[in-house]
Amino acid sequence: MDDKYIISVKDLTKKFGSFTAVDKISFEVTPGEIFGFLGANGAGKTTAMRMLCGLSIPTSGKATVAGFDVYKQTESIKKNIGYMSQKFSLYEDLTVKENIDFYGGVYGLSKAQRKEKTEFLIDLLKIEDARNKLIKSLPLGWKQKLAFSIAIIHEPKIVFLDEPTGGVDPITRRQFWDMIYEAADRKVTVFVTTHYMDEAEYCGRISMMVDGRIAALDTPHKLKEQFGVGTMHEVFVKLARPQTA
Amino acid sequence: MEYAVEVKNITKSFGATKAVDDVSFSVEKGELFGFIGPDGAGKTTLFRMMTTLLLPESGSATVDGFDIVKEFKKIRAAVGYMPGRFSLYQDLSVEENLKFFARVFGTTIEKNYDLIKDIYIMLEPFKKRRAGQLSGGMKQKLALSCALIHRPDVLFLDEPTTGVDPVSRNEFWDMLGKLKEEGITIVVSTPYMDEASKCDRIALMQKGKILDIGFLNDIVGKYDRKLYAMKSSNMHKLILDLRAEENTDSVYSFGDFLHYTDKRGSFDSEQMKQNLISKGHGDFTVSEINPGIEDCFMSLMNEK
Repeated sequence: MDDKYIISVKDLTKKFGSFTAVDKISFEVTPGEIFGFLGANGAGKTTAMRMLCGLSIPTSGKATVAGFDVYKQTESIKKNIGYMSQKFSLYEDLTVKENIDFYGGVYGLSKAQRKEKTEFLIDLLKIEDARNKLIKSLPLGWKQKLAFSIAIIHEPKIVFLDEPTGGVDPITRRQFWDMIYEAADRKVTVFVTTHYMDEAEYCGRISMMVDGRIAALDTPHKLKEQFGVGTMHEVFVKLARPQTA
Repeated sequence: MEYAVEVKNITKSFGATKAVDDVSFSVEKGELFGFIGPDGAGKTTLFRMMTTLLLPESGSATVDGFDIVKEFKKIRAAVGYMPGRFSLYQDLSVEENLKFFARVFGTTIEKNYDLIKDIYIMLEPFKKRRAGQLSGGMKQKLALSCALIHRPDVLFLDEPTTGVDPVSRNEFWDMLGKLKEEGITIVVSTPYMDEASKCDRIALMQKGKILDIGFLNDIVGKYDRKLYAMKSSNMHKLILDLRAEENTDSVYSFGDFLHYTDKRGSFDSEQMKQNLISKGHGDFTVSEINPGIEDCFMSLMNEK
Protein backbone atom coordinates (compact mmCIF):
# COMPACT_ATOMS: atom_id res chain seq x y z
CA MET A 1 0.00 0.00 0.00
CA ASP A 2 0.91 3.62 -0.42
CA ASP A 3 3.61 5.13 1.83
CA LYS A 4 1.99 8.50 1.92
CA TYR A 5 -0.65 7.18 4.33
CA ILE A 6 0.05 6.23 7.91
CA ILE A 7 -3.25 4.36 8.04
CA SER A 8 -4.81 2.82 4.98
CA VAL A 9 -8.07 0.89 5.31
CA LYS A 10 -10.04 -0.83 2.55
CA ASP A 11 -13.36 -2.64 3.09
CA LEU A 12 -12.36 -3.59 6.62
CA THR A 13 -14.99 -5.82 8.24
CA LYS A 14 -15.42 -7.55 11.58
CA LYS A 15 -18.21 -9.96 12.37
CA PHE A 16 -19.12 -11.53 15.70
CA GLY A 17 -21.30 -14.51 14.79
CA SER A 18 -24.15 -13.11 12.72
CA PHE A 19 -23.54 -9.54 13.93
CA THR A 20 -21.45 -7.25 11.72
CA ALA A 21 -19.76 -4.81 14.10
CA VAL A 22 -17.65 -3.12 11.42
CA ASP A 23 -19.02 -3.19 7.91
CA LYS A 24 -16.63 -2.57 4.99
CA ILE A 25 -15.08 0.66 6.17
CA SER A 26 -12.49 2.42 3.98
CA PHE A 27 -10.38 5.51 4.71
CA GLU A 28 -6.84 6.86 4.78
CA VAL A 29 -4.99 8.99 7.33
CA THR A 30 -1.99 11.11 6.36
CA PRO A 31 1.06 11.60 8.61
CA GLY A 32 0.72 14.44 11.14
CA GLU A 33 -3.06 14.55 10.82
CA ILE A 34 -5.39 14.84 13.83
CA PHE A 35 -8.05 12.35 12.84
CA GLY A 36 -11.27 12.31 14.89
CA PHE A 37 -13.07 8.99 15.06
CA LEU A 38 -16.64 9.66 16.19
CA GLY A 39 -19.85 7.70 16.47
CA ALA A 40 -22.66 6.76 18.83
CA ASN A 41 -22.14 4.04 21.45
CA GLY A 42 -22.27 0.68 19.73
CA ALA A 43 -21.51 2.10 16.25
CA GLY A 44 -18.34 -0.01 15.98
CA LYS A 45 -15.61 2.48 16.91
CA THR A 46 -13.94 0.34 19.55
CA THR A 47 -13.98 -2.75 17.33
CA ALA A 48 -12.44 -0.80 14.45
CA MET A 49 -9.81 0.71 16.69
CA ARG A 50 -8.88 -2.68 18.15
CA MET A 51 -8.24 -3.99 14.66
CA LEU A 52 -6.06 -1.01 13.80
CA CYS A 53 -4.03 -1.51 16.99
CA GLY A 54 -3.36 -5.16 16.18
CA LEU A 55 -5.56 -6.43 19.01
CA SER A 56 -8.26 -8.06 16.89
CA ILE A 57 -7.97 -9.84 13.54
CA PRO A 58 -10.44 -8.59 10.91
CA THR A 59 -12.97 -10.90 9.27
CA SER A 60 -12.24 -9.44 5.84
CA GLY A 61 -10.84 -6.40 4.04
CA LYS A 62 -7.38 -4.85 4.16
CA ALA A 63 -5.58 -2.40 6.39
CA THR A 64 -2.06 -1.22 7.16
CA VAL A 65 -0.99 0.89 10.13
CA ALA A 66 2.45 2.55 10.11
CA GLY A 67 3.20 0.33 7.12
CA PHE A 68 2.32 -2.94 8.85
CA ASP A 69 -0.43 -5.39 7.95
CA VAL A 70 -3.27 -5.84 10.48
CA TYR A 71 -3.42 -9.61 9.84
CA LYS A 72 0.21 -10.67 9.72
CA GLN A 73 2.21 -7.98 11.49
CA THR A 74 0.20 -7.25 14.62
CA GLU A 75 3.28 -7.41 16.87
CA SER A 76 5.07 -4.82 14.73
CA ILE A 77 1.99 -2.61 14.89
CA LYS A 78 1.92 -2.76 18.68
CA LYS A 79 5.59 -1.73 18.87
CA ASN A 80 5.15 1.15 16.45
CA ILE A 81 2.03 2.82 17.77
CA GLY A 82 1.18 4.66 20.96
CA TYR A 83 -2.10 3.95 22.79
CA MET A 84 -3.89 5.67 25.61
CA SER A 85 -7.41 5.41 26.95
CA GLN A 86 -9.20 6.92 29.88
CA LYS A 87 -9.59 3.51 31.45
CA PHE A 88 -6.15 2.06 30.90
CA SER A 89 -3.18 4.27 31.39
CA LEU A 90 -0.75 4.18 34.27
CA TYR A 91 -0.01 1.88 37.19
CA GLU A 92 -1.51 3.57 40.23
CA ASP A 93 0.77 1.86 42.74
CA LEU A 94 3.98 2.79 40.96
CA THR A 95 5.60 6.21 41.17
CA VAL A 96 5.87 8.66 38.29
CA LYS A 97 9.50 7.66 37.71
CA GLU A 98 8.71 3.94 37.91
CA ASN A 99 5.88 4.26 35.39
CA ILE A 100 8.10 6.06 32.90
CA ASP A 101 10.84 3.50 33.43
CA PHE A 102 8.45 0.57 33.14
CA TYR A 103 6.79 1.71 29.91
CA GLY A 104 10.14 2.76 28.45
CA GLY A 105 11.32 -0.80 29.09
CA VAL A 106 8.19 -2.34 27.56
CA TYR A 107 8.80 -0.30 24.41
CA GLY A 108 12.41 -1.43 24.25
CA LEU A 109 14.25 1.74 25.26
CA SER A 110 17.75 1.25 26.67
CA LYS A 111 18.54 2.16 30.26
CA ALA A 112 20.29 5.34 29.16
CA GLN A 113 17.36 6.32 26.92
CA ARG A 114 14.90 5.69 29.74
CA LYS A 115 16.90 7.87 32.09
CA GLU A 116 17.04 10.64 29.54
CA LYS A 117 13.29 10.36 28.82
CA THR A 118 12.48 10.42 32.53
CA GLU A 119 14.32 13.71 33.01
CA PHE A 120 12.85 15.12 29.81
CA LEU A 121 9.24 14.32 30.75
CA ILE A 122 9.54 15.46 34.36
CA ASP A 123 10.93 18.73 33.09
CA LEU A 124 8.39 19.08 30.26
CA LEU A 125 5.40 18.45 32.54
CA LYS A 126 6.91 20.46 35.41
CA ILE A 127 6.35 17.66 37.92
CA GLU A 128 9.75 17.58 39.62
CA ASP A 129 8.10 17.45 43.06
CA ALA A 130 6.00 14.45 42.06
CA ARG A 131 8.90 12.36 40.72
CA ASN A 132 8.71 9.81 43.54
CA LYS A 133 5.02 10.06 44.27
CA LEU A 134 2.56 7.27 43.56
CA ILE A 135 0.36 7.85 40.53
CA LYS A 136 -2.77 7.38 42.63
CA SER A 137 -1.84 10.44 44.71
CA LEU A 138 -1.76 12.75 41.66
CA PRO A 139 -4.63 14.91 40.36
CA LEU A 140 -6.45 13.38 37.41
CA GLY A 141 -5.26 16.11 35.05
CA TRP A 142 -1.60 15.36 35.76
CA LYS A 143 -2.21 11.66 35.27
CA GLN A 144 -3.81 12.24 31.88
CA LYS A 145 -0.95 14.42 30.67
CA LEU A 146 1.65 11.98 31.94
CA ALA A 147 -0.24 9.05 30.39
CA PHE A 148 -0.20 10.81 27.04
CA SER A 149 3.53 11.56 27.27
CA ILE A 150 4.23 7.94 28.16
CA ALA A 151 2.05 6.70 25.29
CA ILE A 152 4.47 8.42 22.91
CA ILE A 153 7.65 7.72 24.89
CA HIS A 154 8.99 5.48 22.11
CA GLU A 155 8.34 8.23 19.54
CA PRO A 156 5.77 6.36 17.47
CA LYS A 157 4.54 7.79 14.19
CA ILE A 158 0.95 7.44 15.35
CA VAL A 159 -0.87 7.50 18.65
CA PHE A 160 -4.39 6.19 19.32
CA LEU A 161 -6.32 8.09 22.00
CA ASP A 162 -9.56 6.49 23.15
CA GLU A 163 -11.68 9.12 24.94
CA PRO A 164 -8.58 10.63 26.50
CA THR A 165 -10.41 13.54 28.14
CA GLY A 166 -13.48 11.79 29.61
CA GLY A 167 -14.32 13.19 33.05
CA VAL A 168 -11.47 15.71 32.99
CA ASP A 169 -12.07 19.31 34.12
CA PRO A 170 -12.52 21.92 31.38
CA ILE A 171 -9.14 23.59 31.83
CA THR A 172 -7.17 20.34 31.83
CA ARG A 173 -9.19 19.16 28.85
CA ARG A 174 -7.91 22.16 26.87
CA GLN A 175 -4.35 21.71 28.10
CA PHE A 176 -4.57 18.13 26.90
CA TRP A 177 -5.48 19.37 23.43
CA ASP A 178 -2.47 21.69 23.52
CA MET A 179 -0.37 18.54 23.94
CA ILE A 180 -2.17 16.89 21.02
CA TYR A 181 -1.40 19.90 18.81
CA GLU A 182 2.25 19.89 19.87
CA ALA A 183 2.51 16.20 19.00
CA ALA A 184 0.90 16.84 15.61
CA ASP A 185 3.39 19.68 15.00
CA ARG A 186 6.14 17.09 15.47
CA LYS A 187 4.40 15.04 12.73
CA VAL A 188 2.96 12.48 15.14
CA THR A 189 -0.36 11.34 13.72
CA VAL A 190 -3.18 11.49 16.27
CA PHE A 191 -6.18 9.16 16.01
CA VAL A 192 -8.67 10.23 18.64
CA THR A 193 -12.19 9.37 19.86
CA THR A 194 -14.27 11.72 21.98
CA HIS A 195 -17.81 12.37 23.13
CA TYR A 196 -17.14 16.10 23.45
CA MET A 197 -18.39 17.74 20.29
CA ASP A 198 -16.35 20.91 20.87
CA GLU A 199 -13.28 18.67 20.64
CA ALA A 200 -14.49 17.34 17.31
CA GLU A 201 -13.94 20.87 16.00
CA TYR A 202 -10.23 20.64 16.91
CA CYS A 203 -9.63 17.69 14.58
CA GLY A 204 -8.28 18.05 11.07
CA ARG A 205 -10.77 15.55 9.71
CA ILE A 206 -13.66 13.64 11.26
CA SER A 207 -14.99 10.21 10.51
CA MET A 208 -18.52 9.49 11.75
CA MET A 209 -19.46 5.86 12.26
CA VAL A 210 -23.10 4.77 12.19
CA ASP A 211 -24.12 1.10 12.49
CA GLY A 212 -20.67 -0.25 11.59
CA ARG A 213 -20.22 2.00 8.54
CA ILE A 214 -18.51 5.31 7.98
CA ALA A 215 -21.47 7.57 7.29
CA ALA A 216 -19.43 10.74 6.71
CA LEU A 217 -15.78 11.74 6.54
CA ASP A 218 -14.45 15.27 6.03
CA THR A 219 -13.11 18.36 7.76
CA PRO A 220 -15.41 19.75 10.48
CA HIS A 221 -16.01 22.81 8.29
CA LYS A 222 -17.11 20.79 5.27
CA LEU A 223 -19.26 18.44 7.34
CA LYS A 224 -21.15 21.38 8.80
CA GLU A 225 -21.56 22.79 5.30
CA GLN A 226 -22.70 19.44 3.91
CA PHE A 227 -25.41 19.06 6.56
CA GLY A 228 -26.31 22.75 6.58
CA VAL A 229 -25.73 23.20 10.32
CA GLY A 230 -23.56 25.38 12.55
CA THR A 231 -21.99 22.91 14.99
CA MET A 232 -20.51 19.41 15.02
CA HIS A 233 -23.11 18.51 17.63
CA GLU A 234 -25.84 19.02 15.05
CA VAL A 235 -23.90 17.02 12.47
CA PHE A 236 -23.67 14.20 15.02
CA VAL A 237 -27.41 14.31 15.75
CA LYS A 238 -28.31 14.28 12.05
CA LEU A 239 -26.12 11.27 11.35
CA ALA A 240 -26.75 9.24 14.49
CA ARG A 241 -30.55 9.72 14.57
CA PRO A 242 -31.59 10.48 11.00
CA GLN A 243 -35.24 9.63 11.74
CA THR A 244 -35.64 12.36 14.39
CA ALA A 245 -33.43 15.12 13.01
CA MET B 1 -40.67 23.81 54.17
CA GLU B 2 -39.19 20.37 54.35
CA TYR B 3 -36.54 19.57 51.78
CA ALA B 4 -36.09 16.32 49.87
CA VAL B 5 -32.39 16.52 50.69
CA GLU B 6 -30.79 18.81 53.24
CA VAL B 7 -27.05 18.64 53.81
CA LYS B 8 -25.20 20.69 56.42
CA ASN B 9 -21.42 21.04 56.57
CA ILE B 10 -20.72 17.50 55.53
CA THR B 11 -17.10 16.31 55.28
CA LYS B 12 -15.44 13.04 54.35
CA SER B 13 -11.71 12.35 54.08
CA PHE B 14 -9.78 9.42 52.74
CA GLY B 15 -6.34 9.59 54.30
CA ALA B 16 -5.04 13.09 53.73
CA THR B 17 -7.51 13.82 50.92
CA LYS B 18 -10.69 15.68 51.76
CA ALA B 19 -13.00 14.09 49.20
CA VAL B 20 -15.96 16.19 50.39
CA ASP B 21 -15.03 19.34 52.28
CA ASP B 22 -17.64 21.14 54.38
CA VAL B 23 -20.44 20.96 51.82
CA SER B 24 -23.94 22.32 52.46
CA PHE B 25 -26.98 22.49 50.17
CA SER B 26 -30.63 21.60 49.98
CA VAL B 27 -32.79 20.10 47.26
CA GLU B 28 -36.48 20.93 47.11
CA LYS B 29 -39.14 18.31 46.64
CA GLY B 30 -39.79 17.57 42.99
CA GLU B 31 -36.61 19.31 41.89
CA LEU B 32 -34.16 18.02 39.29
CA PHE B 33 -30.84 18.96 40.87
CA GLY B 34 -27.47 18.48 39.18
CA PHE B 35 -23.95 18.20 40.59
CA ILE B 36 -21.56 19.22 37.87
CA GLY B 37 -17.83 18.65 38.08
CA PRO B 38 -14.90 16.60 36.82
CA ASP B 39 -13.69 13.26 38.16
CA GLY B 40 -12.28 13.66 41.63
CA ALA B 41 -14.60 16.55 42.53
CA GLY B 42 -16.21 14.46 45.29
CA LYS B 43 -19.53 13.78 43.60
CA THR B 44 -19.53 10.02 44.17
CA THR B 45 -18.47 10.32 47.82
CA LEU B 46 -21.26 12.81 48.37
CA PHE B 47 -23.80 10.51 46.70
CA ARG B 48 -22.63 7.54 48.75
CA MET B 49 -23.19 9.51 51.95
CA MET B 50 -26.66 10.66 50.89
CA THR B 51 -27.62 7.08 50.05
CA THR B 52 -26.31 5.87 53.46
CA LEU B 53 -23.55 3.71 51.98
CA LEU B 54 -20.82 5.78 53.58
CA LEU B 55 -20.76 7.55 56.95
CA PRO B 56 -19.83 11.21 57.01
CA GLU B 57 -16.89 12.26 59.14
CA SER B 58 -18.65 15.40 60.31
CA GLY B 59 -21.75 17.37 59.44
CA SER B 60 -25.30 16.11 59.06
CA ALA B 61 -27.88 15.42 56.40
CA THR B 62 -31.45 14.34 55.92
CA VAL B 63 -32.98 12.65 52.91
CA ASP B 64 -36.76 12.53 52.59
CA GLY B 65 -36.86 13.86 56.15
CA PHE B 66 -34.76 11.02 57.61
CA ASP B 67 -31.32 11.33 59.18
CA ILE B 68 -28.65 9.65 57.05
CA VAL B 69 -26.93 8.08 60.06
CA LYS B 70 -29.72 7.22 62.50
CA GLU B 71 -32.47 6.40 60.04
CA PHE B 72 -30.52 4.81 57.24
CA LYS B 73 -32.95 1.93 56.84
CA LYS B 74 -35.84 4.27 56.15
CA ILE B 75 -33.78 6.15 53.61
CA ARG B 76 -32.85 2.95 51.81
CA ALA B 77 -36.52 2.12 51.36
CA ALA B 78 -37.36 5.63 50.18
CA VAL B 79 -34.64 6.31 47.63
CA GLY B 80 -33.47 4.83 44.37
CA TYR B 81 -29.76 4.81 43.58
CA MET B 82 -28.02 4.21 40.30
CA PRO B 83 -24.27 4.08 40.88
CA GLY B 84 -21.79 5.18 38.26
CA ARG B 85 -20.46 1.71 37.77
CA PHE B 86 -22.89 -0.88 36.40
CA SER B 87 -23.76 -2.98 39.42
CA LEU B 88 -26.65 -5.23 38.49
CA TYR B 89 -26.32 -8.99 38.37
CA GLN B 90 -24.53 -9.72 35.10
CA ASP B 91 -25.54 -13.39 35.10
CA LEU B 92 -29.22 -12.74 35.66
CA SER B 93 -31.48 -11.85 32.75
CA VAL B 94 -33.04 -8.44 32.31
CA GLU B 95 -36.34 -9.71 33.69
CA GLU B 96 -34.70 -11.54 36.61
CA ASN B 97 -32.80 -8.45 37.67
CA LEU B 98 -35.94 -6.37 37.69
CA LYS B 99 -37.90 -9.05 39.61
CA PHE B 100 -35.07 -9.33 42.11
CA PHE B 101 -35.04 -5.62 42.87
CA ALA B 102 -38.81 -5.50 43.07
CA ARG B 103 -38.83 -8.30 45.64
CA VAL B 104 -36.00 -6.81 47.71
CA PHE B 105 -38.12 -3.69 48.07
CA GLY B 106 -41.25 -5.72 48.82
CA THR B 107 -43.11 -4.77 45.67
CA THR B 108 -43.86 -6.23 42.25
CA ILE B 109 -43.09 -5.18 38.70
CA GLU B 110 -46.80 -4.92 37.97
CA LYS B 111 -47.48 -2.52 40.84
CA ASN B 112 -45.20 0.22 39.53
CA TYR B 113 -45.04 -0.74 35.90
CA ASP B 114 -46.56 2.56 34.74
CA LEU B 115 -43.52 4.41 36.10
CA ILE B 116 -40.94 2.39 34.18
CA LYS B 117 -43.09 1.49 31.18
CA ASP B 118 -41.55 3.98 28.74
CA ILE B 119 -38.04 2.86 29.63
CA TYR B 120 -38.70 -0.84 30.02
CA ILE B 121 -40.52 -1.09 26.71
CA MET B 122 -37.17 -0.52 24.97
CA LEU B 123 -35.71 -3.43 26.94
CA GLU B 124 -38.62 -5.81 26.44
CA PRO B 125 -37.19 -7.47 23.28
CA PHE B 126 -34.11 -8.46 25.31
CA LYS B 127 -35.83 -9.47 28.54
CA LYS B 128 -34.42 -13.01 28.46
CA ARG B 129 -30.88 -11.78 27.77
CA ARG B 130 -28.29 -11.74 30.54
CA ALA B 131 -27.60 -8.24 31.80
CA GLY B 132 -23.88 -8.70 31.16
CA GLN B 133 -24.60 -9.20 27.46
CA LEU B 134 -26.45 -5.91 26.98
CA SER B 135 -25.05 -2.88 25.16
CA GLY B 136 -24.04 0.15 27.24
CA GLY B 137 -27.24 2.04 26.51
CA MET B 138 -29.42 -0.92 27.40
CA LYS B 139 -27.55 -1.56 30.66
CA GLN B 140 -28.19 2.04 31.58
CA LYS B 141 -31.92 1.69 30.93
CA LEU B 142 -32.10 -1.52 32.96
CA ALA B 143 -30.22 0.08 35.86
CA LEU B 144 -32.63 3.01 35.80
CA SER B 145 -35.63 0.65 35.75
CA CYS B 146 -34.27 -1.24 38.75
CA ALA B 147 -33.63 1.98 40.66
CA LEU B 148 -37.25 3.03 40.03
CA ILE B 149 -39.08 -0.22 40.62
CA HIS B 150 -40.16 0.65 44.19
CA ARG B 151 -41.29 4.15 43.17
CA PRO B 152 -38.72 6.03 45.25
CA ASP B 153 -39.36 9.57 46.54
CA VAL B 154 -35.82 10.60 45.69
CA LEU B 155 -33.74 9.21 42.85
CA PHE B 156 -29.94 9.48 42.98
CA LEU B 157 -28.12 9.03 39.69
CA ASP B 158 -24.34 9.11 39.86
CA GLU B 159 -22.88 10.00 36.45
CA PRO B 160 -25.52 8.17 34.40
CA THR B 161 -24.30 9.70 31.13
CA THR B 162 -20.52 9.40 31.49
CA GLY B 163 -18.99 7.83 28.39
CA VAL B 164 -22.33 8.06 26.59
CA ASP B 165 -22.53 9.71 23.16
CA PRO B 166 -24.24 13.12 22.90
CA VAL B 167 -27.39 11.86 21.22
CA SER B 168 -27.99 9.07 23.74
CA ARG B 169 -27.27 11.54 26.53
CA ASN B 170 -30.09 13.77 25.28
CA GLU B 171 -32.45 10.82 25.21
CA PHE B 172 -31.51 9.94 28.77
CA TRP B 173 -32.26 13.47 29.94
CA ASP B 174 -35.65 13.29 28.21
CA MET B 175 -36.40 10.23 30.34
CA LEU B 176 -35.43 12.15 33.49
CA GLY B 177 -37.72 14.99 32.47
CA LYS B 178 -40.65 12.55 32.37
CA LEU B 179 -39.78 11.11 35.79
CA LYS B 180 -39.72 14.60 37.22
CA GLU B 181 -43.27 15.09 35.98
CA GLU B 182 -44.22 12.03 38.06
CA GLY B 183 -43.15 14.04 41.12
CA ILE B 184 -39.91 12.21 41.81
CA THR B 185 -37.06 14.33 43.17
CA ILE B 186 -33.95 13.67 41.11
CA VAL B 187 -30.37 14.29 42.20
CA VAL B 188 -27.93 13.64 39.38
CA SER B 189 -24.21 14.13 38.82
CA THR B 190 -22.34 14.65 35.57
CA PRO B 191 -18.94 15.72 34.28
CA TYR B 192 -20.59 17.24 31.17
CA MET B 193 -21.06 20.97 31.65
CA ASP B 194 -23.60 21.23 28.82
CA GLU B 195 -26.04 19.13 30.87
CA ALA B 196 -26.43 22.00 33.34
CA SER B 197 -29.22 23.40 31.19
CA LYS B 198 -31.27 20.24 31.74
CA CYS B 199 -31.42 20.75 35.52
CA ASP B 200 -33.64 23.03 37.60
CA ARG B 201 -30.70 24.03 39.79
CA ILE B 202 -27.06 23.03 39.77
CA ALA B 203 -24.04 22.89 42.06
CA LEU B 204 -20.62 23.25 40.46
CA MET B 205 -18.11 21.02 42.27
CA GLN B 206 -14.35 20.89 42.26
CA LYS B 207 -11.91 19.27 44.73
CA GLY B 208 -14.52 18.47 47.35
CA LYS B 209 -16.03 21.96 47.41
CA ILE B 210 -19.08 23.57 45.88
CA LEU B 211 -17.81 26.44 43.73
CA ASP B 212 -21.27 27.87 43.18
CA ILE B 213 -24.86 26.75 43.48
CA GLY B 214 -28.14 28.01 42.08
CA PHE B 215 -30.09 28.50 38.86
CA LEU B 216 -28.01 28.29 35.72
CA ASN B 217 -28.98 31.82 34.67
CA ASP B 218 -27.97 33.25 38.05
CA ILE B 219 -24.60 31.51 38.03
CA VAL B 220 -23.87 32.62 34.49
CA GLY B 221 -25.13 36.11 35.37
CA LYS B 222 -22.39 36.50 37.97
CA TYR B 223 -19.68 36.25 35.33
CA ASP B 224 -18.37 39.79 35.55
CA ARG B 225 -15.92 40.14 32.68
CA LYS B 226 -16.37 40.94 29.04
CA LEU B 227 -16.00 37.80 27.00
CA TYR B 228 -15.10 37.68 23.32
CA ALA B 229 -15.30 34.94 20.70
CA MET B 230 -12.47 34.98 18.17
CA LYS B 231 -11.67 33.05 15.08
CA SER B 232 -9.10 32.81 12.31
CA SER B 233 -8.18 30.10 9.84
CA ASN B 234 -5.26 28.91 12.00
CA MET B 235 -6.80 28.50 15.42
CA HIS B 236 -3.86 26.84 17.12
CA LYS B 237 -1.51 29.62 16.04
CA LEU B 238 -4.11 32.20 17.11
CA ILE B 239 -4.10 30.76 20.63
CA LEU B 240 -0.32 30.83 20.81
CA ASP B 241 -0.14 34.38 19.43
CA LEU B 242 -2.78 35.64 21.88
CA ARG B 243 -1.08 33.96 24.84
CA ALA B 244 2.06 35.90 23.99
CA GLU B 245 0.19 39.23 24.22
CA GLU B 246 0.68 41.05 27.53
CA ASN B 247 -2.96 42.12 27.86
CA THR B 248 -4.36 38.64 27.47
CA ASP B 249 -6.15 37.52 30.62
CA SER B 250 -7.44 34.12 29.47
CA VAL B 251 -7.76 32.37 26.14
CA TYR B 252 -9.47 28.99 25.72
CA SER B 253 -10.60 26.91 22.76
CA PHE B 254 -14.36 26.58 22.40
CA GLY B 255 -15.20 24.41 19.43
CA ASP B 256 -14.43 26.35 16.28
CA PHE B 257 -14.02 29.63 18.23
CA LEU B 258 -11.82 30.61 21.11
CA HIS B 259 -12.98 32.59 24.11
CA TYR B 260 -10.89 35.52 25.22
CA THR B 261 -10.83 37.89 28.17
CA ASP B 262 -8.61 40.95 28.34
CA LYS B 263 -6.82 42.35 31.39
CA ARG B 264 -8.05 45.83 30.45
CA GLY B 265 -11.67 44.57 30.33
CA SER B 266 -12.52 45.97 26.93
CA PHE B 267 -10.14 46.89 24.13
CA ASP B 268 -9.91 48.46 20.71
CA SER B 269 -10.98 45.58 18.48
CA GLU B 270 -9.76 47.29 15.30
CA GLN B 271 -6.27 47.67 16.78
CA MET B 272 -6.24 44.04 17.86
CA LYS B 273 -7.40 42.98 14.42
CA GLN B 274 -4.57 44.88 12.72
CA ASN B 275 -2.07 43.38 15.14
CA LEU B 276 -3.26 39.86 14.41
CA ILE B 277 -3.44 40.45 10.67
CA SER B 278 0.23 41.44 10.83
CA LYS B 279 0.89 38.02 12.41
CA GLY B 280 -0.76 36.25 9.51
CA HIS B 281 -4.37 36.01 10.70
CA GLY B 282 -5.88 37.66 7.63
CA ASP B 283 -9.42 36.45 8.33
CA PHE B 284 -9.48 37.29 12.05
CA THR B 285 -12.92 37.99 13.51
CA VAL B 286 -13.95 39.05 17.02
CA SER B 287 -17.29 39.66 18.71
CA GLU B 288 -18.49 40.05 22.27
CA ILE B 289 -20.56 37.11 23.54
CA ASN B 290 -22.46 35.95 26.60
CA PRO B 291 -20.64 33.39 28.77
CA GLY B 292 -21.76 29.78 29.08
CA ILE B 293 -21.52 27.46 32.05
CA GLU B 294 -18.08 26.20 31.00
CA ASP B 295 -16.70 29.77 30.92
CA CYS B 296 -18.04 30.24 34.44
CA PHE B 297 -16.65 26.96 35.69
CA MET B 298 -13.17 27.76 34.42
CA SER B 299 -13.33 31.26 35.84
CA LEU B 300 -14.35 29.87 39.25
CA MET B 301 -11.58 27.25 39.08
CA ASN B 302 -9.02 29.98 38.50
CA GLU B 303 -10.26 32.00 41.46
CA LYS B 304 -9.55 29.13 43.83
